[in-house]
Amino acid sequence: MTPELVSVTIDGMTVQVPKGTSIIEAAKQAGVLVPHYCYHPSLPSPAVCRMCLVEVEKAPKLMPACVTTVAEGQVVHTDSEQARKARTGVLEFLLINHPLDCPICDQAGECELQDYVFQEGQAATRYGEFAKRYNPVEDFGPDVLYVANRCILCTRCVRFMEDVAGAPVLNVSERGDRAYIGIDQDQLLDHPWAGNVVDLCPVGSLISKDFLHKARAWDLDKTASVCTGCSQGCNVMLDTRDNVVVRVRPRPNLDVNRHFICDHGRMHYRWMNRGDRIEAPLVREGGRHLATDWEPALVRLAQLAARGGNTVILASGSASFESLAQLRALVGKATLTTGVQLLLADDEQPLPGVPGLALRHERAANGTGARLLGYGEDWNAAVKAASGANLVLLLDVTLTDAEAALVSGAGAVVVLGTTLAQALPAAELVLPVTNVAEESGTFINRDQRVQRYRQARTAPGMARPAWWIAAGAAGTDIGTAAEAFAAGAAMVPALAGLTYADLGLNGRLAGPPSRRADGVPA
Amino acid sequence: MGYPHPSHAGEHPVLSKHFGDAGARTFDGWVKRGGYEGLKKALGMTRDQVVEEVKASGLRGRGGAGFPTGMKWSFMPKEVVKPHYLVCNADESEPGTFKDREIIRWTPHQLIEGCAIGAHAIGAERIYIYIRGEFTHEHRILLAAVDEAYKGGALGANVFGSGRRIDVVVHRGAGAYICGEETAMMNSIEGKRGNPRIKPPFPAVAGLWACPTTINNVETLAAAGHILRQGGAWYKGLCRGNPKSTGTKLFSVCGHVQRPGNYEVVMGTSMKELIYDMCGGMRPGRTLKAVIPGGSSVPIMTPAEVEDCLLDYEGVVAKGSMLGSGGMIVMDDSTDLVYQVMRLARFYAHESCAQCTQCREGTAWTTRILEKILAGKGRREDLDLLLDLADNMTGKTICVLSDSCAAPVVSAIRKFPAEFDAYISREKQPVMVTA
Repeated sequence: MTPELVSVTIDGMTVQVPKGTSIIEAAKQAGVLVPHYCYHPSLPSPAVCRMCLVEVEKAPKLMPACVTTVAEGQVVHTDSEQARKARTGVLEFLLINHPLDCPICDQAGECELQDYVFQEGQAATRYGEFAKRYNPVEDFGPDVLYVANRCILCTRCVRFMEDVAGAPVLNVSERGDRAYIGIDQDQLLDHPWAGNVVDLCPVGSLISKDFLHKARAWDLDKTASVCTGCSQGCNVMLDTRDNVVVRVRPRPNLDVNRHFICDHGRMHYRWMNRGDRIEAPLVREGGRHLATDWEPALVRLAQLAARGGNTVILASGSASFESLAQLRALVGKATLTTGVQLLLADDEQPLPGVPGLALRHERAANGTGARLLGYGEDWNAAVKAASGANLVLLLDVTLTDAEAALVSGAGAVVVLGTTLAQALPAAELVLPVTNVAEESGTFINRDQRVQRYRQARTAPGMARPAWWIAAGAAGTDIGTAAEAFAAGAAMVPALAGLTYADLGLNGRLAGPPSRRADGVPA
Repeated sequence: MGYPHPSHAGEHPVLSKHFGDAGARTFDGWVKRGGYEGLKKALGMTRDQVVEEVKASGLRGRGGAGFPTGMKWSFMPKEVVKPHYLVCNADESEPGTFKDREIIRWTPHQLIEGCAIGAHAIGAERIYIYIRGEFTHEHRILLAAVDEAYKGGALGANVFGSGRRIDVVVHRGAGAYICGEETAMMNSIEGKRGNPRIKPPFPAVAGLWACPTTINNVETLAAAGHILRQGGAWYKGLCRGNPKSTGTKLFSVCGHVQRPGNYEVVMGTSMKELIYDMCGGMRPGRTLKAVIPGGSSVPIMTPAEVEDCLLDYEGVVAKGSMLGSGGMIVMDDSTDLVYQVMRLARFYAHESCAQCTQCREGTAWTTRILEKILAGKGRREDLDLLLDLADNMTGKTICVLSDSCAAPVVSAIRKFPAEFDAYISREKQPVMVTA
């Protein structure tokens, strides 16, 4: 059913929005960002910061844009003299007890208080002669520090824990200007999704211990990516500084993870920066691995693949759809056994406030993509089959000693790996591949949403995406991730018609076109 | 009556008729004095008829806002789909106001009767009486009266054989001024932090536990029994010329008058008569300096404004202030107004719930500036700053606590500039301000 539309004019721009939309959201449609602190699209609105007060024609006083819904023919002025004075007033009130320690604050550069004060705050304080409120820094839990002095009491963190996480351990303690965010006695902010309070905090009050003093916000490069922590496929932003991933933050996608990611995903990045990387193709000669160039390495791989016979692929469940597809294509007509490492965990950690969002059992990003390509899920059977196979291809998997022993019994072993620890001594070929931060590609999440991730850092040495290696050995002329996707999609009926460019930033659902249109997973 | 002083001829005791008469406290004593007749009469009428009767009386909310009571009741849904609730606001915390306390202390059944009538009128089966935590004595009296009312058939599953169920729950506050604000009160009853809620939704749509709710002040509900017993027309007749403000009103007069106390007068009585005649005027040798007429949250009045001010909703507004709760603070020429205003601001700074930025930070900042002026460190710019802060604090927050802090400050600076000048120019000795 199409929702009823109302027409509202905001700062001279008339827009049509569904009935019941708040002024603040309607303003976004009109290209106007109404400054705000307590409002957040994924949280209930308490209208307490009073920053988003706007002038609504015919209303007796300024209205909070976050909780005032639009009405037909309404005329809103967000930048009238009255509205601006109210905002300047709020900013001044917020600053009187704010330490202004921006030079040592992690939030500086991405701080909403800093931004709005620069935009329309007063140049000088009128509070000069009084002491500011002082409260000590508090340790809230595994990864969160509370710097009370910077707090503007927007209560986003309190509402997240109460209404979204369903673990109401935070509260507003005390009254008046003595108020601060308190944590319940004997409680820790250790909910599996608690880290989101750091992102939600508009100022530098709730900060991550993991990121503490690691980088200045303006030194970070930001890259749209997809979390590899589980099969949920949360959209994330990889923040890199000098080619090192230093932080993972949620990237909004209303259909997958709204504005949140779990702490497991948030901390799932250090391996991307590992130093013990395979940096050049290695060929086994005389019992030793010798570095070589790509050309001879690809020729050798092509020879091994052409032998045919029993072939086994053991692949990581977080390998890209493109790589999994090209590896299959390389093996061609050989008798093939496949196994995907899905890293199944016992527990699932849902976020109660967002239906359909959880840290999943399957702790790999692309299990669905592998299944769609016909990869087998019986890992142990595939490993067993490897011991008697003519050729075993390993794609970014880490084997136990027992598994390595079995695999080493094969006729030939080719390792496509990221770290030296994956390079089996028995391998004919060890080929350096890029990890998720170093390549572009796609994952297909548990709801069959095909999502692109982008390259965030340069690959070490001669490392290449696995699809490039496989396609090169097969002699096809696939040169880009888009071409690799197209080639893979042609192998999977459910992906018919999807193109790499169409996937955009929020991904598309696989399956028949009707399913894609309404965007609702089956 | 002006308990503990004898009733003055200028008074018109209706609600306060039995103040000081311990015999009126019991169920039997109240019935003997004509009590519960109003309730019985109401039970024989339909909801609409009761509402119409109260509308006809012209009764308006006595808690401060002055909203017509009958109209408020008529906002409640006609169909009872979800439970309806009546909340009686007995959290009388407004500085200078002490009328509800006396009603509960002397005539608890007067309140229970009014509550039951209100509950019947809005289709509620349950009444919450939210009583200020500090009223320990009154709390005990009220609990005893509720027990008696159940035994006497005025409350319970079948009130006076009418088949109507009306229950009363007495809920004690824990000392927060803000819980007297109706939406904060609902949060408090629900067991949450007493933070005011955003309106809409209005309580009549989604109030206590998201059910239709009406909140009335003690004095308002107490008047309902008399209106039902003697008729809306009788109550409307208690009026001195202004048909918009009818009935009697209790004024809690405190401060520098000879006989402070509760005085019940007909709406439209002159303020001067109340202060000089009934309360005996200033102490010998003293003259009037200022009056805060409606609890601490309204603008301060000068003697010139008091001169021909009529005590009704419109009369006080015409003189630049508000009738408010009727808590009248009278100050003579011995008063240091700067100090008094600082004390008020400090009260609001202490009681701010901390939700809205302007209120949380503004009340405290205002207090600090006033303290600084008192300490002899004030500058002329500070007055402009106070006025600008007050502007930023007015009409911009969820509830009116912020506005209430600004009103006395602005009116004091505007109407009594000399008081501030004396400190700023160092003519007056600085005052040591202690927290």
